[in-house]
Amino acid sequence: MSLPKPVMRGLLGKRLRFHLPIAFTLSVIAAVAFKYAVTEPRKQAYADFYKQYDAMKEFSAMREAGVFESVRPSGE
Amino acid sequence: MLNQRARAVKYGRRANNSFIVFRCADVDVLDCSVPQYNNRLDTPLPDVPFVRNLGADQKKLKEKEKGAWTSLSKEEKLALYRLSFELTYPEMKRGSGEWKTVLGGIFFFLGFTGLLVWWQRFSVFGDVPHTLSPEWVEQQTQRMLDMRVNPVHGFSTKWDYEKKQWK
Repeated sequence: MSLPKPVMRGLLGKRLRFHLPIAFTLSVIAAVAFKYAVTEPRKQAYADFYKQYDAMKEFSAMREAGVFESVRPSGE
Repeated sequence: MLNQRARAVKYGRRANNSFIVFRCADVDVLDCSVPQYNNRLDTPLPDVPFVRNLGADQKKLKEKEKGAWTSLSKEEKLALYRLSFELTYPEMKRGSGEWKTVLGGIFFFLGFTGLLVWWQRFSVFGDVPHTLSPEWVEQQTQRMLDMRVNPVHGFSTKWDYEKKQWK
């Protein structure tokens, strides 16, 4: 019958003080990781694609294939 | 009627226990107007001990219990426990094999559902649309490649336009 009185107050505050910095840090890390693993490579891939992109050549190829309605292939 | 209620009907595995029942219309009914014994994890000390009507030996044991407990042997202590309680906590908490029945039933009915779906496929459903025929899909794929669908990361990157084949 000589147990110490258990902690009765401040339990939520203690939990938040422990978990919120961790949660915040992990979220920031997740966001940064996503940015540099996904979005930056994706932006680079698009930039590279359009660096070498010849719009007129692609347009002619598509026109010859017959997918457009406004211009028909040059043979017709 | 009254003498039926006064009699403790043999209930469960033991006689003289505290599951006081009476018979009513050919059914054993718990008499809830008197305190009942219960095996519950959240009620460690039920209202009444398990064995109410003590035999002669049990009465002697109860008298011995009134003295110093160090003089009780291990068997006597266990006998006293079983007088007060029907089941121990581990006995109350023990698992059953019910999960095997549940899992077996789940798999059985999943299989039965599979049979039903299979039957449905050839007896209920009509024909698949013509747009899923191989000729149509071939023409559709060619048109997608001509349109350069997803040329950066996706569909058209898998096709080699010079050699006219899949990469």
